[in-house]
Amino acid sequence: MKKDQATQRRDDSPRSSPSDDSASRSKHPIVPFILTFGISFATWLVLSGKFDLFHLALGVICCLLVAYFSADLMFYSHRPKGLSGQWFQFVKYVPWLLGQVLIANWHVMKLVFHPNMLEKIDPKIITFRSRLRNDMSLFILANSITLTPGTITVYVNTFGKYTVHVIDRKSGEGLPGEMEKRVAQILEPERYE
Amino acid sequence: MLLSIIGNSIVIILVLVGLLFFAGGAVGILRFPDFYSRLHPAGKLDTMGVSMTMIAMAVYSLLHGFTLTALLTSLKIMLIVVFIFITSPTATHAIVDAGVRAGLAPWAKEDSGEEAP
Repeated sequence: MKKDQATQRRDDSPRSSPSDDSASRSKHPIVPFILTFGISFATWLVLSGKFDLFHLALGVICCLLVAYFSADLMFYSHRPKGLSGQWFQFVKYVPWLLGQVLIANWHVMKLVFHPNMLEKIDPKIITFRSRLRNDMSLFILANSITLTPGTITVYVNTFGKYTVHVIDRKSGEGLPGEMEKRVAQILEPERYE
Repeated sequence: MLLSIIGNSIVIILVLVGLLFFAGGAVGILRFPDFYSRLHPAGKLDTMGVSMTMIAMAVYSLLHGFTLTALLTSLKIMLIVVFIFITSPTATHAIVDAGVRAGLAPWAKEDSGEEAP
C-alpha cells in the first residue's frame, strides 16, 4: 500500500508543479548534499570511535557516496530559501512533541493503574480530515499521533484522511488541533499564514 | 563529590521512573480489554521506559571519568533512543494496520455494559 501511494504521488508531482520542482533541485543541490554528508559522517564518527587516518578516510568515502546518491531523500524543499527555516521549525517542534508525549504517557499510566479502568476507557476508531497536503508533513503528523499515547494512527491516505484509534475521550479531543498546526508550520507554512 | 552525588541521584530517579513506565506497560497489556487498546501501553509506555533508562545509562557512563570513550558510549546510547523513537510508532502502526486488514473489530463500550462492575 505504501508503494502504491508513493508511485501515485510521483505520478502526481510532475504534473502539478513541473517547473518549480526541477528548478529548485538543479539550482541548489549543494546544501542538501553537505547536510546529508555532515549527518552521516557524524554518525560514522560516533559509531566507529576510531580517529586514525585509515578509518576517517573510509568514512569520508562512504559518506560522500551516500550523500551523492541520496541527497534529495532527506532534505527537500520546493522553495530553496525555506530549507533552513524548515529545519529551525523542526528543531522547535521536537521538544514540544517530547513534552506532549510525557504528558500523554502520564495520562495512560493513570488509566492503566486505575481501579475502575473499564469505566474510564472508551476505545473508538475516529476519522478526521487534515488540511495538510505534503507527503512528508502527513507522515510526520501520523507518526506524532502514534507516538502520543492514547492515539494510534490506523491509516492515512495521500489526501489527508486520517483513521485513528483512541483509547478514551480525552486523548481524542485534541486531535487534529494544535499538532496539525505545528506540523504545518514546519513544511507548509503558507497554509497558516 | 557533590557533582557525583547529584549525577547519581539523577540516574537513580530516571531508572526508577523508567521502570515504573515499564511496569505500567506490562500491567496495561494484561488489563486492557482488546487487541487495539492493548497496543497503547505496549507500544508507547515501553518506548518511554526505554528512553528514560537509556538516558540514565548515558548519564551514568559520563559520571565515571569524562573521557572520549565514555562520551562515545553515551552518544551511541542516545542514538539507540532516537532510533527507538522512530521505529516504535511505525511498528505499532503496522500491527494495528494488520489487525484492521484481518477484519478484527475493536472492542467498544456499548457492547459490553455488564462487564463493568
